[in-house]
Amino acid sequence: MKNILYQKQWHWSVSGLALGVSFLLAVALVKPIGVSTQFVILDGMVWDVFSSEIAVKGETAYSSSNAYLNKSGGKYAKSVANPINYSFIFVLAMILGGFLGAKLRTKSNDENEPELPAVWCENLGSSTTKRYMFAFAGGALVLFGSRLAGGCTSGHMMSGIMQTSLSGYLFTMGAFLFAVPIALFMYRKGR
Amino acid sequence: MEILLAIVIGGLFGFSLQKAGAANPQVIIDMLRLKNFHLMKAILLGLGLSSFMLFVLMNVGIIESGHLSVKTAYVGVVIGGAIMGTGWAISGFCPGTGVVGVGAGRKDALVFVIGGLVGALAFTLAYSSLAETFLFDEIGAGKATLATTGIEKYASLMDTVPAVVVVGVIAFVFIFAAWKLPAKSEGLSS
Repeated sequence: MKNILYQKQWHWSVSGLALGVSFLLAVALVKPIGVSTQFVILDGMVWDVFSSEIAVKGETAYSSSNAYLNKSGGKYAKSVANPINYSFIFVLAMILGGFLGAKLRTKSNDENEPELPAVWCENLGSSTTKRYMFAFAGGALVLFGSRLAGGCTSGHMMSGIMQTSLSGYLFTMGAFLFAVPIALFMYRKGR
Repeated sequence: MEILLAIVIGGLFGFSLQKAGAANPQVIIDMLRLKNFHLMKAILLGLGLSSFMLFVLMNVGIIESGHLSVKTAYVGVVIGGAIMGTGWAISGFCPGTGVVGVGAGRKDALVFVIGGLVGALAFTLAYSSLAETFLFDEIGAGKATLATTGIEKYASLMDTVPAVVVVGVIAFVFIFAAWKLPAKSEGLSS
Protein backbone atom coordinates (compact mmCIF):
# COMPACT_ATOMS: atom_id res chain seq x y z
CA MET A 1 0.00 0.00 0.00
CA LYS A 2 1.38 3.35 -1.06
CA ASN A 3 1.91 6.07 1.47
CA ILE A 4 -1.59 7.06 2.42
CA LEU A 5 -0.80 10.78 2.51
CA TYR A 6 -0.13 10.72 -1.24
CA GLN A 7 -3.37 9.06 -2.32
CA LYS A 8 -5.57 11.40 -4.31
CA GLN A 9 -8.75 10.18 -2.65
CA TRP A 10 -8.89 7.99 0.41
CA HIS A 11 -10.99 4.86 0.77
CA TRP A 12 -14.24 5.77 2.53
CA SER A 13 -13.17 3.96 5.70
CA VAL A 14 -9.91 5.95 5.92
CA SER A 15 -11.83 9.18 5.25
CA GLY A 16 -14.38 8.28 7.92
CA LEU A 17 -11.71 7.46 10.48
CA ALA A 18 -9.82 10.72 9.78
CA LEU A 19 -13.01 12.81 10.01
CA GLY A 20 -14.06 11.00 13.20
CA VAL A 21 -10.66 11.69 14.78
CA SER A 22 -10.96 15.39 13.78
CA PHE A 23 -14.44 15.71 15.36
CA LEU A 24 -13.33 13.93 18.54
CA LEU A 25 -10.02 15.81 18.96
CA ALA A 26 -11.82 19.14 18.57
CA VAL A 27 -14.42 18.40 21.27
CA ALA A 28 -11.90 16.68 23.56
CA LEU A 29 -9.37 19.51 23.51
CA VAL A 30 -11.36 22.68 22.77
CA LYS A 31 -14.95 22.61 21.45
CA PRO A 32 -17.02 21.09 18.64
CA ILE A 33 -16.10 22.06 15.07
CA GLY A 34 -17.97 24.90 13.36
CA VAL A 35 -17.31 26.99 10.27
CA SER A 36 -20.15 29.27 9.13
CA THR A 37 -19.88 31.82 11.99
CA GLN A 38 -16.46 32.79 10.68
CA PHE A 39 -17.99 34.18 7.47
CA VAL A 40 -19.82 36.69 9.69
CA ILE A 41 -16.62 37.39 11.62
CA LEU A 42 -14.67 38.11 8.41
CA ASP A 43 -17.50 40.39 7.19
CA GLY A 44 -17.33 42.16 10.54
CA MET A 45 -13.55 42.60 10.28
CA VAL A 46 -13.93 44.32 6.91
CA TRP A 47 -16.87 46.42 8.15
CA ASP A 48 -14.85 47.37 11.24
CA VAL A 49 -12.28 49.07 8.99
CA PHE A 50 -14.94 51.52 7.80
CA SER A 51 -16.94 52.02 10.98
CA SER A 52 -15.94 52.64 14.58
CA GLU A 53 -19.18 51.24 16.01
CA ILE A 54 -18.91 47.64 14.81
CA ALA A 55 -16.71 46.28 17.59
CA VAL A 56 -16.57 48.52 20.63
CA LYS A 57 -14.60 47.48 23.68
CA GLY A 58 -16.44 48.14 26.92
CA GLU A 59 -15.24 47.65 30.47
CA THR A 60 -16.15 43.98 30.65
CA ALA A 61 -17.43 43.03 27.21
CA TYR A 62 -17.62 44.06 23.59
CA SER A 63 -20.65 45.59 21.91
CA SER A 64 -21.70 46.54 18.39
CA SER A 65 -24.17 48.85 16.68
CA ASN A 66 -25.24 45.78 14.66
CA ALA A 67 -27.76 43.62 16.55
CA TYR A 68 -26.31 40.33 15.30
CA LEU A 69 -22.70 41.11 16.22
CA ASN A 70 -23.97 42.47 19.56
CA LYS A 71 -25.97 39.37 20.55
CA SER A 72 -24.93 36.92 23.29
CA GLY A 73 -22.96 39.55 25.18
CA GLY A 74 -21.12 40.80 22.08
CA LYS A 75 -19.18 37.58 21.53
CA TYR A 76 -19.08 38.06 17.74
CA ALA A 77 -17.97 41.69 18.17
CA LYS A 78 -15.17 40.41 20.40
CA SER A 79 -13.99 37.97 17.71
CA VAL A 80 -14.16 40.73 15.10
CA ALA A 81 -11.86 42.87 17.25
CA ASN A 82 -9.48 39.95 17.93
CA PRO A 83 -8.71 38.11 14.67
CA ILE A 84 -6.23 35.76 16.37
CA ASN A 85 -8.87 33.60 18.07
CA TYR A 86 -9.35 29.83 18.01
CA SER A 87 -12.41 29.61 15.73
CA PHE A 88 -11.10 32.02 13.09
CA ILE A 89 -7.62 30.50 12.94
CA PHE A 90 -9.26 27.05 12.76
CA VAL A 91 -10.98 28.00 9.49
CA LEU A 92 -7.80 29.55 8.08
CA ALA A 93 -5.99 26.31 8.94
CA MET A 94 -8.65 24.38 6.98
CA ILE A 95 -7.56 26.30 3.86
CA LEU A 96 -3.99 25.19 4.55
CA GLY A 97 -5.18 21.60 5.06
CA GLY A 98 -7.03 21.71 1.72
CA PHE A 99 -3.92 23.10 0.04
CA LEU A 100 -1.68 20.34 1.43
CA GLY A 101 -4.27 17.65 0.68
CA ALA A 102 -4.43 18.75 -2.95
CA LYS A 103 -0.63 19.11 -3.30
CA LEU A 104 0.37 15.79 -1.74
CA ARG A 105 -0.07 13.39 -4.61
CA THR A 106 2.16 10.90 -6.34
CA LYS A 107 3.26 11.48 -9.94
CA SER A 108 0.98 8.71 -11.20
CA ASN A 109 -2.19 10.52 -10.12
CA ASP A 110 -0.91 14.05 -10.52
CA GLU A 111 -3.87 15.18 -12.55
CA ASN A 112 -5.88 18.18 -11.45
CA GLU A 113 -9.61 17.95 -10.86
CA PRO A 114 -11.38 19.38 -13.88
CA GLU A 115 -12.20 23.05 -13.38
CA LEU A 116 -15.87 22.33 -13.90
CA PRO A 117 -17.45 19.14 -12.50
CA ALA A 118 -18.27 16.68 -15.31
CA VAL A 119 -21.83 16.27 -14.05
CA TRP A 120 -22.22 20.05 -14.23
CA CYS A 121 -21.10 20.24 -17.88
CA GLU A 122 -23.39 17.39 -18.89
CA ASN A 123 -26.43 19.15 -17.48
CA LEU A 124 -25.70 22.87 -17.59
CA GLY A 125 -23.07 23.32 -20.28
CA SER A 126 -19.42 24.27 -20.18
CA SER A 127 -19.71 28.04 -19.57
CA THR A 128 -17.48 28.98 -16.64
CA THR A 129 -19.40 32.27 -16.21
CA LYS A 130 -22.61 30.32 -15.67
CA ARG A 131 -20.88 28.00 -13.19
CA TYR A 132 -19.49 30.97 -11.25
CA MET A 133 -22.91 32.66 -11.15
CA PHE A 134 -24.43 29.53 -9.63
CA ALA A 135 -21.49 29.11 -7.24
CA PHE A 136 -21.95 32.72 -6.08
CA ALA A 137 -25.72 32.39 -5.64
CA GLY A 138 -25.27 29.01 -3.96
CA GLY A 139 -22.72 30.50 -1.57
CA ALA A 140 -25.07 33.34 -0.64
CA LEU A 141 -27.95 30.92 0.02
CA VAL A 142 -25.75 28.47 1.95
CA LEU A 143 -24.40 31.11 4.32
CA PHE A 144 -27.70 32.97 4.76
CA GLY A 145 -29.41 29.65 5.55
CA SER A 146 -26.62 28.46 7.82
CA ARG A 147 -26.65 31.67 9.84
CA LEU A 148 -30.45 31.55 10.14
CA ALA A 149 -30.09 27.96 11.37
CA GLY A 150 -27.20 28.88 13.69
CA GLY A 151 -24.79 26.43 12.09
CA CYS A 152 -23.86 24.61 8.90
CA THR A 153 -22.91 21.15 7.77
CA SER A 154 -20.02 21.26 10.25
CA GLY A 155 -21.70 22.80 13.30
CA HIS A 156 -25.12 21.16 12.97
CA MET A 157 -24.69 18.05 10.84
CA MET A 158 -21.29 16.87 12.14
CA SER A 159 -20.84 18.36 15.61
CA GLY A 160 -24.59 18.39 16.32
CA ILE A 161 -25.26 14.77 15.42
CA MET A 162 -22.06 13.70 17.21
CA GLN A 163 -23.55 15.18 20.40
CA THR A 164 -26.96 13.61 19.51
CA SER A 165 -28.54 17.07 19.51
CA LEU A 166 -32.10 17.53 18.29
CA SER A 167 -31.09 20.68 16.35
CA GLY A 168 -28.48 18.71 14.39
CA TYR A 169 -31.06 16.17 13.25
CA LEU A 170 -33.63 18.86 12.36
CA PHE A 171 -31.08 20.82 10.31
CA THR A 172 -29.98 17.67 8.46
CA MET A 173 -33.60 16.79 7.67
CA GLY A 174 -34.30 20.29 6.29
CA ALA A 175 -31.09 20.30 4.24
CA PHE A 176 -31.55 16.87 2.59
CA LEU A 177 -35.30 17.39 2.02
CA PHE A 178 -34.41 20.28 -0.29
CA ALA A 179 -30.94 19.35 -1.56
CA VAL A 180 -31.81 15.85 -2.86
CA PRO A 181 -34.86 16.73 -5.02
CA ILE A 182 -33.09 19.83 -6.40
CA ALA A 183 -29.97 17.80 -7.25
CA LEU A 184 -32.03 15.01 -8.81
CA PHE A 185 -33.77 17.58 -11.01
CA MET A 186 -30.82 19.87 -11.84
CA TYR A 187 -28.39 17.06 -12.61
CA ARG A 188 -30.72 14.46 -14.10
CA LYS A 189 -28.45 13.70 -17.07
CA GLY A 190 -25.27 11.66 -16.86
CA ARG A 191 -24.20 8.53 -15.03
CA MET B 1 -1.80 26.96 23.09
CA GLU B 2 -5.35 27.25 21.78
CA ILE B 3 -4.08 28.86 18.58
CA LEU B 4 -1.68 25.95 18.06
CA LEU B 5 -4.60 23.52 18.50
CA ALA B 6 -6.65 25.56 16.00
CA ILE B 7 -3.87 25.15 13.43
CA VAL B 8 -3.37 21.42 14.07
CA ILE B 9 -7.04 20.36 14.29
CA GLY B 10 -8.22 22.79 11.60
CA GLY B 11 -5.42 21.60 9.35
CA LEU B 12 -6.27 17.94 9.98
CA PHE B 13 -9.98 18.57 9.33
CA GLY B 14 -9.28 20.45 6.09
CA PHE B 15 -6.81 17.80 4.93
CA SER B 16 -9.29 15.01 5.70
CA LEU B 17 -12.15 16.74 3.86
CA GLN B 18 -9.91 17.20 0.82
CA LYS B 19 -8.77 13.56 0.84
CA ALA B 20 -12.37 12.39 1.35
CA GLY B 21 -13.27 14.21 -1.88
CA ALA B 22 -15.69 16.50 -0.01
CA ALA B 23 -14.21 19.67 -1.54
CA ASN B 24 -14.90 18.34 -5.04
CA PRO B 25 -18.43 19.48 -6.08
CA GLN B 26 -18.71 16.41 -8.32
CA VAL B 27 -18.61 14.20 -5.22
CA ILE B 28 -21.18 16.30 -3.33
CA ILE B 29 -23.53 16.50 -6.32
CA ASP B 30 -23.26 12.74 -6.94
CA MET B 31 -24.10 12.14 -3.27
CA LEU B 32 -27.12 14.47 -3.39
CA ARG B 33 -28.45 12.91 -6.61
CA LEU B 34 -28.01 9.51 -4.95
CA LYS B 35 -25.46 8.18 -7.42
CA ASN B 36 -22.37 7.80 -5.25
CA PHE B 37 -22.34 7.27 -1.51
CA HIS B 38 -18.57 7.36 -0.97
CA LEU B 39 -18.75 10.57 1.07
CA MET B 40 -21.90 9.60 2.94
CA LYS B 41 -20.26 6.32 3.98
CA ALA B 42 -17.22 8.24 5.25
CA ILE B 43 -19.35 10.73 7.19
CA LEU B 44 -21.59 8.07 8.72
CA LEU B 45 -18.52 6.14 9.88
CA GLY B 46 -16.88 9.31 11.23
CA LEU B 47 -20.06 10.30 13.09
CA GLY B 48 -20.67 6.81 14.48
CA LEU B 49 -17.11 6.48 15.78
CA SER B 50 -16.77 10.00 17.19
CA SER B 51 -20.21 10.04 18.79
CA PHE B 52 -19.67 6.71 20.55
CA MET B 53 -16.14 7.60 21.68
CA LEU B 54 -17.30 11.03 22.88
CA PHE B 55 -19.91 9.60 25.25
CA VAL B 56 -17.67 6.73 26.42
CA LEU B 57 -14.77 9.11 27.15
CA MET B 58 -17.13 11.56 28.91
CA ASN B 59 -18.44 8.68 30.99
CA VAL B 60 -14.97 7.75 32.23
CA GLY B 61 -14.03 11.42 32.71
CA ILE B 62 -11.38 11.75 29.98
CA ILE B 63 -13.41 14.31 28.02
CA GLU B 64 -14.93 17.15 30.07
CA SER B 65 -18.65 17.43 29.39
CA GLY B 66 -18.19 21.21 29.65
CA HIS B 67 -16.64 21.09 26.17
CA LEU B 68 -19.98 20.15 24.64
CA SER B 69 -21.88 22.87 22.83
CA VAL B 70 -25.45 21.87 22.02
CA LYS B 71 -27.31 24.31 19.80
CA THR B 72 -30.93 25.35 20.35
CA ALA B 73 -33.63 23.77 18.15
CA TYR B 74 -35.91 26.48 16.69
CA VAL B 75 -38.03 26.91 13.56
CA GLY B 76 -35.20 28.68 11.74
CA VAL B 77 -32.98 25.60 12.11
CA VAL B 78 -35.26 23.66 9.73
CA ILE B 79 -35.95 26.58 7.37
CA GLY B 80 -32.29 27.65 7.40
CA GLY B 81 -31.37 24.01 6.72
CA ALA B 82 -33.69 24.02 3.70
CA ILE B 83 -32.19 27.28 2.35
CA MET B 84 -28.66 25.95 2.92
CA GLY B 85 -29.67 22.64 1.22
CA THR B 86 -30.85 24.58 -1.83
CA GLY B 87 -27.55 26.45 -2.17
CA TRP B 88 -25.65 23.23 -1.42
CA ALA B 89 -27.26 21.44 -4.38
CA ILE B 90 -26.86 24.44 -6.71
CA SER B 91 -23.16 24.96 -5.95
CA GLY B 92 -21.89 21.59 -4.71
CA PHE B 93 -20.23 23.25 -1.70
CA CYS B 94 -21.02 23.85 1.96
CA PRO B 95 -19.15 26.41 4.10
CA GLY B 96 -16.39 24.02 5.24
CA THR B 97 -15.82 22.32 1.91
CA GLY B 98 -15.90 25.68 0.08
CA VAL B 99 -13.09 26.91 2.32
CA VAL B 100 -11.10 23.70 1.73
CA GLY B 101 -11.73 24.01 -2.02
CA VAL B 102 -10.15 27.48 -1.94
CA GLY B 103 -7.05 25.90 -0.40
CA ALA B 104 -7.08 23.23 -3.10
CA GLY B 105 -7.03 25.99 -5.71
CA ARG B 106 -10.58 25.71 -7.07
CA LYS B 107 -11.81 28.96 -8.61
CA ASP B 108 -15.48 28.00 -8.24
CA ALA B 109 -14.85 27.48 -4.51
CA LEU B 110 -13.41 31.00 -4.27
CA VAL B 111 -16.51 32.41 -5.99
CA PHE B 112 -18.67 30.35 -3.60
CA VAL B 113 -16.85 31.80 -0.58
CA ILE B 114 -17.29 35.37 -1.88
CA GLY B 115 -21.01 34.65 -2.38
CA GLY B 116 -21.01 33.20 1.14
CA LEU B 117 -19.57 36.40 2.58
CA VAL B 118 -22.37 38.34 0.87
CA GLY B 119 -25.02 35.91 2.22
CA ALA B 120 -23.58 36.09 5.73
CA LEU B 121 -23.58 39.90 5.54
CA ALA B 122 -27.21 39.87 4.35
CA PHE B 123 -28.18 37.80 7.40
CA THR B 124 -26.12 40.01 9.74
CA LEU B 125 -28.07 43.04 8.46
CA ALA B 126 -31.46 41.24 8.47
CA TYR B 127 -31.10 39.77 11.96
CA SER B 128 -32.64 42.66 13.90
CA SER B 129 -35.87 42.44 11.86
CA LEU B 130 -35.99 38.60 12.02
CA ALA B 131 -35.11 38.18 15.71
CA GLU B 132 -38.65 38.69 17.03
CA THR B 133 -40.42 36.54 14.44
CA PHE B 134 -41.61 32.90 14.59
CA LEU B 135 -38.29 31.89 12.99
CA PHE B 136 -36.70 31.92 16.42
CA ASP B 137 -39.54 30.10 18.22
CA GLU B 138 -38.05 27.12 20.04
CA ILE B 139 -38.95 23.56 19.07
CA GLY B 140 -39.52 21.13 21.93
CA ALA B 141 -37.07 21.55 24.79
CA GLY B 142 -34.73 23.86 22.86
CA LYS B 143 -31.21 22.71 23.68
CA ALA B 144 -32.08 19.03 23.71
CA THR B 145 -30.09 15.87 23.01
CA LEU B 146 -31.15 12.27 22.50
CA ALA B 147 -28.54 10.84 24.87
CA THR B 148 -28.14 12.22 28.40
CA THR B 149 -25.07 14.47 28.58
CA GLY B 150 -25.09 14.95 32.34
CA ILE B 151 -25.36 18.71 31.84
CA GLU B 152 -28.49 20.22 33.35
CA LYS B 153 -29.10 22.91 30.71
CA TYR B 154 -29.33 20.26 27.98
CA ALA B 155 -32.61 18.35 28.24
CA SER B 156 -32.39 14.67 27.34
CA LEU B 157 -35.09 13.12 25.17
CA MET B 158 -34.21 9.61 26.37
CA ASP B 159 -33.25 10.18 29.97
CA THR B 160 -34.40 6.77 31.18
CA VAL B 161 -31.87 4.93 29.03
CA PRO B 162 -28.11 5.12 29.80
CA ALA B 163 -26.39 7.50 27.36
CA VAL B 164 -23.87 4.90 26.23
CA VAL B 165 -26.71 2.58 25.18
CA VAL B 166 -28.47 5.33 23.18
CA VAL B 167 -25.24 6.35 21.48
CA GLY B 168 -24.25 2.71 21.02
CA VAL B 169 -27.44 2.04 19.06
CA ILE B 170 -27.05 5.23 16.97
CA ALA B 171 -23.39 4.42 16.27
CA PHE B 172 -24.28 0.85 15.29
CA VAL B 173 -26.95 2.06 12.85
CA PHE B 174 -24.60 4.67 11.32
CA ILE B 175 -21.65 2.30 10.94
CA PHE B 176 -23.86 -0.50 9.61
CA ALA B 177 -25.31 1.92 7.02
CA ALA B 178 -21.78 3.13 6.15
CA TRP B 179 -20.74 -0.46 5.56
CA LYS B 180 -23.82 -1.48 3.56
CA LEU B 181 -24.43 1.58 1.38
CA PRO B 182 -23.14 1.01 -2.15
CA ALA B 183 -19.97 2.89 -3.08
CA LYS B 184 -19.22 3.65 -6.66
CA SER B 185 -15.76 4.95 -7.23
CA GLU B 186 -14.97 4.42 -10.91
CA GLY B 187 -14.21 7.64 -12.73
CA LEU B 188 -13.71 9.49 -9.46
CA SER B 189 -10.19 8.69 -8.42
CA SER B 190 -7.35 6.96 -10.15
